[in-house]
Amino acid sequence: MSQLGHLRLLEAESIHIMREVAAEFQRPVMLYSIGKDSSVLLRLAQKAFHPGPILFPLLHIDTTYKFREMIEFRDSYTRKIGAKLIVHTNQDAIDDGANPFRLGTQRCCGLLKTKALLDGLRAGGFDAAIGGARRDEEKSRAKERIFSFRDSKGQWDPKNQRPELWNVFNTRIDPGESLRIFPLSNWTEMDVWQYIHVEKIPIVPMYFAKDREMLVRGDTLIPLEQPFVPRLLGEKPQMVRCRMRSLGCSPCTGAIRSDADTVPRIIEELVSFRRSERENRVIDHDQEGSMEIKKREGYF
Amino acid sequence: MAAAVDPTLKFEPVFEIEDFLAQEQAKDLLRFTTAGSVDDGKSTLIGRLLFDSQNVYEDQIKAVTQASVNRSAGPIDFSLLTDGLRAEREQGITIDVAYRYFATARRKFIIADTPGHEQYTRNMATGASTADLAIILIDARNGVLPQSRRHAYIASLLGIPNFIIAVNKMDALDYDEEVFRAIEAEFTEFLSNISAPDAYFLPISALAGDNVVRPSRNMRWFNGPSLLEHLERVPVYSRTRATPFRFPVQRVVRPDQTFRGYAGQIASGVIRPGDAILAFPSGQRSRVKSIETFDGPLFEAVAPLSVTLTLEDELDISRGDVIASAQQVPEVARQFEAGVVWLNERPLDPGRTYLLKHTTQTVTAEVKAIRHRVNITSLEREAADTLEMNSIGVLRLETSRPIYFDPYSQNRITGSFILIDPETNATSGAGMIREAIVVERDKRSIVRKQGRVTPAERIVRNRHTAATVSLGPRPQLAAVLERRLFDTSGAVAIVENADRTTCAVLENAGLLVLLVSDRPADWNLPEDDEQAADRVMAILHDSGVLLPQEELIWGEGI
Ligand SMILES: Nc1nc2c(ncn2[C@@H]2O[C@H](COP(=O)(O)OP(=O)(O)O)[C@@H](O)[C@H]2O)c(=O)[nH]1
Repeated sequence: MSQLGHLRLLEAESIHIMREVAAEFQRPVMLYSIGKDSSVLLRLAQKAFHPGPILFPLLHIDTTYKFREMIEFRDSYTRKIGAKLIVHTNQDAIDDGANPFRLGTQRCCGLLKTKALLDGLRAGGFDAAIGGARRDEEKSRAKERIFSFRDSKGQWDPKNQRPELWNVFNTRIDPGESLRIFPLSNWTEMDVWQYIHVEKIPIVPMYFAKDREMLVRGDTLIPLEQPFVPRLLGEKPQMVRCRMRSLGCSPCTGAIRSDADTVPRIIEELVSFRRSERENRVIDHDQEGSMEIKKREGYF
Repeated sequence: MAAAVDPTLKFEPVFEIEDFLAQEQAKDLLRFTTAGSVDDGKSTLIGRLLFDSQNVYEDQIKAVTQASVNRSAGPIDFSLLTDGLRAEREQGITIDVAYRYFATARRKFIIADTPGHEQYTRNMATGASTADLAIILIDARNGVLPQSRRHAYIASLLGIPNFIIAVNKMDALDYDEEVFRAIEAEFTEFLSNISAPDAYFLPISALAGDNVVRPSRNMRWFNGPSLLEHLERVPVYSRTRATPFRFPVQRVVRPDQTFRGYAGQIASGVIRPGDAILAFPSGQRSRVKSIETFDGPLFEAVAPLSVTLTLEDELDISRGDVIASAQQVPEVARQFEAGVVWLNERPLDPGRTYLLKHTTQTVTAEVKAIRHRVNITSLEREAADTLEMNSIGVLRLETSRPIYFDPYSQNRITGSFILIDPETNATSGAGMIREAIVVERDKRSIVRKQGRVTPAERIVRNRHTAATVSLGPRPQLAAVLERRLFDTSGAVAIVENADRTTCAVLENAGLLVLLVSDRPADWNLPEDDEQAADRVMAILHDSGVLLPQEELIWGEGI
């Protein structure tokens, strides 16, 4: 017999999860971060509900500091596939001038991501939010459930998670509580890229190498999208051939030097160049175990 | 990369991305779980597997060498690669199932890493539920401990089809073959007593790396493949293809008036357009019209693919129903016996009603009896009036509606369920169905408690679906068939010149209607009545109207 390849098996599992969400919740939503994992999630959602439409709206938490190319991609791609998009921003914080240089990365994330997310979920009355997190991304995620319970404050308690057996998921919650659901839990970064390649899934062009203007600080390449990025004395932007390994807010997402301008070349780079993915995300470096602190507070 | 060219590397094959991509797509997937008591070296082993197969990222190694605790004697504490949450790290223990991922050129692996301590049973059952293989670690210095037996028992209870018994810390015993052989002999006997699957025994040192990825130079007396080689080669459990088709319906897909499909993940078996199916609980039969996917219709779909089926007839099917092979139907029961692992701090309260989620349906369930509890140390049965967290018992349960299942030993998806505490919403128990229970009951209470007889119950009892067979003007043939069907306990009736409505009424009662009419039948049957009866019986078998006799299944409502 021909064995099913691992991507088909992962796909089947993820589709099952999405359909359970659609069947068992009143108001599910899919968190859409515009990144490659979100692109894969969207494709899986299309597959899960074919020939019908995707059964939940997409929610994008816009910090207003996303790269312009990300927003363009978001708007054109969701329109093209006919998905319903909701954009939520913590406008009060923006009006107060929140940015990572004034507040520090952690507080800025707290306001523009964590708080905005909780507010956005509450505003929509959503009881289930699908996200693209994977267990291989970060050590604290290795124990994350596929259906992850959040109390009425949107908080995650690592000690109070439900055991998950077989493919039978307990989706029961009380009013005010919610679940976060991670259909890509068992995917690795390599699986995601392989799937994008095999399925020809569109992704934001910033993943591909190109000459871009950057501030170069040691190993770190800082993009210059926002006018408030402070420069060191005498520092001048340089043109560097680089790409983004993961997408976030422009002031807090470093680029990597790279020539990889196609998906196969990105995969090739990934094989030769073993670094875990979040390394170029500035946000993870304040403290050992910092992702876990953010998660306890409700960060996705 | 190109900066320092080492001339000895010139035979290194050129990396061809296209070859690599093709190889990647051909990889299959093996899920395994690891079990061992605290300090048997499980974290070290997993860290070693990841490290030696080059699945650890540089910055993770950096982070681990920087971390403040190092419990190993060596330069890198491999166990830190696999530890997770902060609180646990501070306490120096792991208390929850953690999932790890790695891949070799042949396979992708998912490890469910379950820690060994008091919450062990719960965590191990969780990790074992989806595993194709279990690695059970035994510390060679301690030999077979009660914990080792417990691990094997749980792995076998959860139906894991492949075992590896890794006898660790051989370095601490001068790689002594006799120690290994003694453990092998003792444990082999134990495994056969609990009817566990065949196991592959191997001696290793997780710390020194012997037989983990590469064969050991220190144990020339052992010729078997290394742990990783074995993991790469062991066949992934493929029995699902040979098991009967089961498709629990997740959703009815009705995007518009023209399309009606049933979305779900195939629990077992294979399906093709044209295959005869029965839907439960309605008991209606039809054939698969098409297998729809986003990527186009399929000629065949096999478990565990997620697909959408369309049927030739409009049936009354909703979420929670199961579409099954018409030839091999599932069992049906409201009362059944199941092995249950208790997962929650709140012990089982036999007086309470729990929610039972089985595939895609949720029903309420009452505990009718606790047959016994398994003493987790001696593995003896003992009487019990509750189950505490981490205990295992056998319960007799009764559900509010019948469930359609296969015994867990035959089907890990349609044979399993979880119990949910309706007050706390906690996942309190994990159940593995053993068998249906035939209940002797006061006739009057049956109607009161069970409601009306369902079409599915009729099918399970009669061993055929309802149907009308037009025989034309051949009353003698009808009589021969009636006798044959009746003698195999079929519910059969001959009617003459009845109209469609009459036949439908009889079919609703589950009958096989033999219709004799003046109009000739539109099929060619032999002149001889016995021969003609043979043909009709064969056709009824092939089309799935008659269920195979040897499949007799006694369940509820019989
Ligand atoms: N001599 C020896 N010690 C080992 C071996 N494997 C693990 N250890 C040590 O045993 C202790 C417990 O190991 P660890 O991996 O943390 O065990 P766990 O509790 O099962 O995860 C540590 O001090 C390890 O260094 C081995 O193969 N040989």
